[in-house]
Amino acid sequence: MLAFILRRLLAGVILLFVISALAFGLLYLDSANIARRLLGQNASPELVQQRAQELGLDRPVVVQYWDWLTNALTGDLGRSWFNGQLVTVSLQGRVAVTLSLVIGTTVLSAIVAVALGVLAARRGGWVDGGVQIVSVLGFAIPGFLIALYLVLIFAINLDWFKATGYVPLTESVTGWLSSVTLPIVALSLGAIAAVTQQVRGSMIDAMSRDYVRTLRSRGLGMGSVVYRHVLRNAGGPALAILAVQFIGLLGGAVIVEQVFALPGMGQLTVQAGTQGDIPVMMGLVVAFAVIVIVVNLFIDLAQAALNPKVRLA
Amino acid sequence: MTAITVPPAVPTPHIRASIFRRLVRKPMGLLSLAYLAFVFVIAVIGPLIAPYDPNTASIDLVLAPPSPEHPLGGDSAGRDILSRLLWATSVTVAAAAVAIVAALVIGVIAGLIAGYFKGWFDSLASWVASLTMALPAVIVLIAARAVLGPSVWWAMLIFGIILSTAYYRLVYATVVGVRGELYVDAARVSGLSDARIIGRHILSVVRAPIIIQTAIVAGIAIAVQSGLEFLGLGDMSVPTWGSMLNDGFRNIYRAPILMLWPSLAIASTCIALTLLANAMRDVLERSVPVRRRRRRTAALAITEAEPAPNLDDIQPGTATETVVHNDDHTSANPRREVLLTIRDLRVGYQQQTGPDIEVVHGVSLDVLEGEIHGLIGESGSGKTQTAFAVLGLLPRGGRVTGGSIEYEGMQLADVGEHAYRGVRGKRIGYIPQEPMSNLDPSFTIGYQLVEPLRKNLGLSKKAAKESALALLDRVGIPSPERTFDAYPFEVSGGMAQRVLIAGAVSTDPDLIIADEPTTALDVTVQAEVLDLLRDLQRERRMAMLLVTHNFGVVADLCDRVTVMQEGLFVEQGPVRTILGSPAHPYTQSLLDALLDNGPARPPLAVTAEGGRP
Repeated sequence: MLAFILRRLLAGVILLFVISALAFGLLYLDSANIARRLLGQNASPELVQQRAQELGLDRPVVVQYWDWLTNALTGDLGRSWFNGQLVTVSLQGRVAVTLSLVIGTTVLSAIVAVALGVLAARRGGWVDGGVQIVSVLGFAIPGFLIALYLVLIFAINLDWFKATGYVPLTESVTGWLSSVTLPIVALSLGAIAAVTQQVRGSMIDAMSRDYVRTLRSRGLGMGSVVYRHVLRNAGGPALAILAVQFIGLLGGAVIVEQVFALPGMGQLTVQAGTQGDIPVMMGLVVAFAVIVIVVNLFIDLAQAALNPKVRLA
Repeated sequence: MTAITVPPAVPTPHIRASIFRRLVRKPMGLLSLAYLAFVFVIAVIGPLIAPYDPNTASIDLVLAPPSPEHPLGGDSAGRDILSRLLWATSVTVAAAAVAIVAALVIGVIAGLIAGYFKGWFDSLASWVASLTMALPAVIVLIAARAVLGPSVWWAMLIFGIILSTAYYRLVYATVVGVRGELYVDAARVSGLSDARIIGRHILSVVRAPIIIQTAIVAGIAIAVQSGLEFLGLGDMSVPTWGSMLNDGFRNIYRAPILMLWPSLAIASTCIALTLLANAMRDVLERSVPVRRRRRRTAALAITEAEPAPNLDDIQPGTATETVVHNDDHTSANPRREVLLTIRDLRVGYQQQTGPDIEVVHGVSLDVLEGEIHGLIGESGSGKTQTAFAVLGLLPRGGRVTGGSIEYEGMQLADVGEHAYRGVRGKRIGYIPQEPMSNLDPSFTIGYQLVEPLRKNLGLSKKAAKESALALLDRVGIPSPERTFDAYPFEVSGGMAQRVLIAGAVSTDPDLIIADEPTTALDVTVQAEVLDLLRDLQRERRMAMLLVTHNFGVVADLCDRVTVMQEGLFVEQGPVRTILGSPAHPYTQSLLDALLDNGPARPPLAVTAEGGRP
């Protein structure tokens, strides 16, 4: 088991390195013109030259990357080109906002999706039909559109929740709930739809397996066979789809944070993207990649816990 | 020239045409197709029929309500909403098309090359594909925007590259599957070039999944593109659904109505694309089982036609009289009580359309205490259905439609789950056919033995473990402790079958239902397992209903035997009588088929080593 975790960790570190190299290469590829873009079309060539020198953009990309990497390993991701703030400092508070949003969404979607999927698979008939229709709609309609209408209905017209802003969990639990409920609901619907479909499908598949009949022939009730054996076997594919959804949720969070004016990583990403603040963008890419890698590691561990074949391989 | 003709690819153009026709016949398919066609037409002619320039602003028109000149009113900058909507449809559809074309070209080509030729390109492409899963696409697109500036087209081209992995995986998996098919081998042997094989045989198979995937990808492309524009990351001079939504959101307190048209356009198009994909999947999936079923009946027809021509006078499916032989000196035993009585049992399956299909047409048999009753017939004759009916474990949709099943005075036909409480697993045991698939791969063998023991006998954890270990030892497993802790996939098929036998007898039932218990095993293991079954049966004085298609097994183990054909019992009696002087032509033909395998032997000499009839 330890070897399994170490192997996964090593793979994660390598992936992180590759992503940072690729991202750096692409972001700084146009080194020569970055200073020009920062200063505007009317800036004199001397000024552009001077600025490029200040930012170290006149050096080869490989050298710049080596610089960045060695600094990053000591926990320094550079400074913003626009406000001079340390990238790590800008990220600090924001990671918590985005993670509370995305983890809340993942937990909510997992619970609802498993419940709906099991219900649809076991009941069949109109229950199944209803779940199918809802999940098709949830899958089809983009999350930010749902977010917009949630704001319009529940925050602006009904005034049940805060329309914008964020209250940290450490400050007030109810305040936090009020600020994240709508964003989490908006993000969840798509994930619930996708995971429900997967749970339903793999439940139906697992229920038709021979061992289910044999277990029942041993006098075990259908309920206990479903909850102990079928769910466990259906869990693997569902977890895999949840991992894919999680990555999508991070992307969705970028847009939803903008709708609800939540000060998360997404807001910083949009800001850095519009300004062309490349050091900040680079820091964000690394931060997002770390989150994805860590979550995938957890998913792998959960898979191993569920499935002895993964564990013993 | 070689004489080998190239076999046709699986889905011929004819089938594709019929899939399209079936798609249009489904209301969902027709509706979504019609709507998407409408959107497409607007996208093409929108800029031509737009009454005003989409970017010309006029102070009078700022947040203007609908009027005859401006049917949808004006937006926050005083631009005509209808004109913007028409232009935006055009731009949004074109942008989605850029992403789809890029994704299709890259993904399909890479998938074909990697899947067909394998080698280094396969490893590289698969690695690159997994790389795109490490970052959310939106982040990549915003990062690209930081470098490239605001451009719908660049963004969609990059998004297309990211989306290409979806096509890559699909095509790759299909190609790897098809590549191993015999008809592709045949095409290669007959000297067709790789390009022609790919074009003719492989592309034709992946075409339908690619179309489904395209509908899904188009929806995602529109959603993401609108999302980016909505964030204000797009080119503000180009009207899109997303940028119109952005305008509405910024004026959400003043004029939320601005959000209506773009959000309607985005949502309805995405829903139509998803419904289309679903309808297509339905059509394609439905077409598979029909073909399979047809193939199966064809196969059955061949085996039925083969045995003997004298079967012509037997009408399948109609209730002919069962030939019942009287007990002889080996099977007659007045002291034995009847354990299981089946009378006129009928089993039917519900169909989605039309009446139930009946697979067992009213059969009767008795199983006496401590006897082994063989139930023999070829595949599809309904013998396994009869066995499942006794256990109350018919597959989904199946149920007992008539007759009675009486077990130790209890009625089990067409009763709910509760009636089986305390019967199944405690008084009736079950030994399945396929050892591997009948053990849950996620739990240890020990757990699967202990669970029923604790549930049915109320044993403590420790007592149940001891009992399970003793059982494993009894069924001839060399190291019970190690097997107890092993997972099913860690033991051989023969061992797994012994484990299942141990599970069936663990609660000391009076009746064992064994469904072809040796069919899936090696011939040498078969004999050992049969010996074990006989020993256990004698030792515990259990009765057994043994389902089999093997007369060797019947001769070896059974006291009495029932011959089944097409859901009916045709002959029933002591095993000596049936084997020695079969009265029914079907039984005769089965026995003839068996004896044809070797030199003529007296029936009882045929033992477990005898081949399949």
